[in-house]
Amino acid sequence: MSERIKTGDGGIILTNAEDLMNWARLSSLWPMGFGLACCAIEMMAAYASNYDLERFGIFPRPSPRQSDVMIVAGTVTFKMADRIRRLYEQMPEPRYVISMGSCSNCGGPYWEHGYHVVKGVDRIIPVDVYVPGCPPRPEALIGGFMKLQEKIRGEHPLAPELFLEMEAAKNAALTAS
Amino acid sequence: MTFQEIKQILILQFGPENIDSIETGLQPSIVVPAGKLAEVGQFLHENEQLYFDFLACITAIDNGPGLATMELIYNFTSIPYGHNLVLKIIFPRNINDQTLPSVSTLSNIWKTADWHEREAFDLVGIHFNGHPDLRRILLPEDWEGHPLRKDYHQQEQYHGIYVKYEDGNSNSDRV
Repeated sequence: MSERIKTGDGGIILTNAEDLMNWARLSSLWPMGFGLACCAIEMMAAYASNYDLERFGIFPRPSPRQSDVMIVAGTVTFKMADRIRRLYEQMPEPRYVISMGSCSNCGGPYWEHGYHVVKGVDRIIPVDVYVPGCPPRPEALIGGFMKLQEKIRGEHPLAPELFLEMEAAKNAALTAS
Repeated sequence: MTFQEIKQILILQFGPENIDSIETGLQPSIVVPAGKLAEVGQFLHENEQLYFDFLACITAIDNGPGLATMELIYNFTSIPYGHNLVLKIIFPRNINDQTLPSVSTLSNIWKTADWHEREAFDLVGIHFNGHPDLRRILLPEDWEGHPLRKDYHQQEQYHGIYVKYEDGNSNSDRV
């Protein structure tokens, strides 16, 4: 077997459709980077050559119609809230949201007196991963992407919703009894 | 040209009853009545010795319902001559939701006053007569209130989003 010359043809991989689809989705997450404030700088630093998000298959798309994940990086103001909602609704499913930095997690340093700051972008759109920091280091953002990939790996894109609910109810009944 | 010389030129033009000055503190300033603002501005721009061609900043201050005044502070610089001037006007505040206090605009002389006055209108609530386009610049169009006033209360919700940090959480008493 070790002398066999690998020519690149004839390889067979055995997997199930679910794992294959999940692997495909998590390996090429295209973000619409929503750089609003200072966290955008750290996001740019994560895209750039030293921390390089592209090796994970992550490269930024300008349009919400072509992106899988939205990175909300920076302070969300009420004036921007309407626009964020609109852009989130323009993203096709499956879509995910990473909230980067403390301003979009919970209002950040402006939580007490900020009259124009939305105290957390999860008051507007559903968030999948929260990345803490002010601003989070690029490694922290990469860690956030790793967490999102973990989440996608465990998804069931093909199973119907009803089946998943029945499974969950059965497991809950088992653990309760 | 020093502050005293500028003050003397202004007194010669407008009379000592109209020109007052505050000279304590780091930077002396000239105080004029609010009604004379347009004339004084025109003179500062056109006089050949003064020639203030750069309006650097307009600052609006609310002194609260106690003192019941508001102030506008203008920072002028003359680029060819290199001298600076701080001009202040102090005028009464409006009571509750009555009409906003009115001041004449300087945007016909210095274009930068356009956006600075929009900011003063947006955050403190000062109306400028003769302004070409007086509307909110930083806050959304349908925001209620002027936030930098001393008696400002945050609204409960904006477009269905709770404004305060304590509201709208699942673990708070109010929903």
